[in-house]
Amino acid sequence: MADINNYTLNFGPQHPAAHGVLRLVLEMDGETVVRADPHIGLLHRATEKLAESKPFNQSIGYMDRLDYVSMMCNEHAYVRAIEQLLGIEPPVRARYIRTMFDEITRIGNHLMWVGANGLDLGAMTAFLYAFRERETVMDLYEAVSGARMHATYYRPGGVYRDLPDRMPQYKESPWTKGKDLERKNEWREGSLLDFVEAFASDFDKKVDDYETLLTDNRIWKQRTVNIGVVSPERALQLGFTGPMLRASGIAWDLRKKQPYAMYHEMDFDIPVGANGDCYDRYLVRIEELRQSAKIVLQCVKWLRENQGPVMLRNFKVIPPTREEMKDDMEALIHHFKLFTEGYCVPPGETYAAVEAPKGEFGCYLVSDGANKPFRAHFRAPGFAHLSSMDEMLRGHMLADVPAMIGTQDIVFGEVDR
Amino acid sequence: MTPDAFIKQLKEAFREEGRVLPTADQPTLEVPVEQWLETARILRDEFGFEQLIDLCGVDYLSYGQDEWETRDATAEGFSRGVDAQGPGRFRWRELPEAEAVENRFAVVVHLLSIQHNRRLRLRTFAPDEDLPMVPSLVEVWSVANWFEREAFDLFGILFEGHPDLRRILTDYGFTGHPFRKDFPLIGNVTVRYDEEKQRVVYEPVEIEPRVLVPRVIRADSRYRTDEIDEAAGEAAGSRSGQSTGQSTGKG
Repeated sequence: MADINNYTLNFGPQHPAAHGVLRLVLEMDGETVVRADPHIGLLHRATEKLAESKPFNQSIGYMDRLDYVSMMCNEHAYVRAIEQLLGIEPPVRARYIRTMFDEITRIGNHLMWVGANGLDLGAMTAFLYAFRERETVMDLYEAVSGARMHATYYRPGGVYRDLPDRMPQYKESPWTKGKDLERKNEWREGSLLDFVEAFASDFDKKVDDYETLLTDNRIWKQRTVNIGVVSPERALQLGFTGPMLRASGIAWDLRKKQPYAMYHEMDFDIPVGANGDCYDRYLVRIEELRQSAKIVLQCVKWLRENQGPVMLRNFKVIPPTREEMKDDMEALIHHFKLFTEGYCVPPGETYAAVEAPKGEFGCYLVSDGANKPFRAHFRAPGFAHLSSMDEMLRGHMLADVPAMIGTQDIVFGEVDR
Repeated sequence: MTPDAFIKQLKEAFREEGRVLPTADQPTLEVPVEQWLETARILRDEFGFEQLIDLCGVDYLSYGQDEWETRDATAEGFSRGVDAQGPGRFRWRELPEAEAVENRFAVVVHLLSIQHNRRLRLRTFAPDEDLPMVPSLVEVWSVANWFEREAFDLFGILFEGHPDLRRILTDYGFTGHPFRKDFPLIGNVTVRYDEEKQRVVYEPVEIEPRVLVPRVIRADSRYRTDEIDEAAGEAAGSRSGQSTGQSTGKG
């Protein structure tokens, strides 16, 4: 009989199930994976070095481009780090807005995840459903910041501007007209908050839709139950955070344990898995969708009842409004200095972390007192998760590779930075 | 245990070799490189830091250097800003003569204790600038594997005892360690597809190095933010800015 050797399989870098540009070198024994060696860095843009060459505020836009599925959460970590170094605290209303948009972002991220992961494993319809709702999240981004994805909405000292009074409506066009137009504009008669409220209160039903398609689906369960089991001990060792850690049975969530923004005022639950397999990670994320909608509704309630500034009035860090700039000399000087030079940050170092949808997204800043960070480092949850790919894949079949990439919720913008 | 009690306990445990710094966000422990591995083990087993959250390299070359004279204004105008040699201002072939600094490369680790809900920053300096070597933490926390590969790739810090120290983020066959402060911001080579040769070619980078905003360090009273916050709070509502505008820098 001929001697059968292991062979090497090159998965990616351009593969529809690789969720971006991942090159995975798989050593196979028949259909079983013996060793997996992910080659990353194909999307490396040296974000950290670029941030070190620019004034602090000019790098906020880069944060959106790290994990480009949960944009505002990345911004949140970065601006929090700057705020910690400067010793400033944004106004309460800004913190509520941040909390609300962090959760809207989480909904957007998990929708993307449930859709794409379903698609990888052969469930086409979930993708279409999830992207229908994700469009709403993009619309909210657009309404509040003008950009559908790369918002640059959070700024040190608050958020760029208050929530708009009117939600933009669809106009009649050859593609949206008649009943379709009415349906699309149904929630858009009032303010942005009305729209968010309508969306979030209806969202539970939408999650039920996805669950009908997947949760008890026989094929879905065959593809995910007992696949990629990670014990709690290993999850800690492998640096898992977020849903990956919680699915392994460790109740750890920065929103509860080290609350930031207004999370200490929020009432929500932390879903925890029991087996640490792909199915548990799916269930955890689905439950997080429901909990996020709950937090959003609490924020809407507060934001309706309370008005106030959304930005500090510390003109050494935050530019004055355009109106003020036009008739006040001091304001003009501040504006000029902030946009030509930026602000200097006291020497020191800090680490700020947020519970991003994928796990702990952290920002480590070292300042030497200049108007640019001396060292900026971003801790991406996906980087730690992907490094466990080898261990998680060993002994699994080739068909489980997409399931594993999917379950880790990998986005290469943040892995490669 | 209160944060103070924890810091006290840390000081107690690392009395001889370590140095505890009172950083505002979380305590920092600095240990010499010889104690690195041992310290990590003690922190994991006795202090309950189950998770290594982050590990990164830092290059302290040019720390505290600015590119813009702020104390004594000269008559030379804008040009006073452009002679400095920040990473964005030179090419690969014109690498500046770096002054040797003591403790140039550092490895910074952020730890998280889930059982105590506590964070700690741990730092060590690599003693030799030409061959920075730090013991690897992979055997203490598995996740250190890729983080150390990243620090090796970007800063050239060698991790002794690492099972698989390869480049991770940069291109196959890359030269140099791009996040060092004496590595040019514009890089070294560009990659493009050559229509005639029908393949990807590497060429020396052709863009000009440039920096739009010079690096400025101002140590003036404007950054005593507590007072400013107070003043701004009082002024909020009335159209203001005056109360905080006394010491505007006249850059």
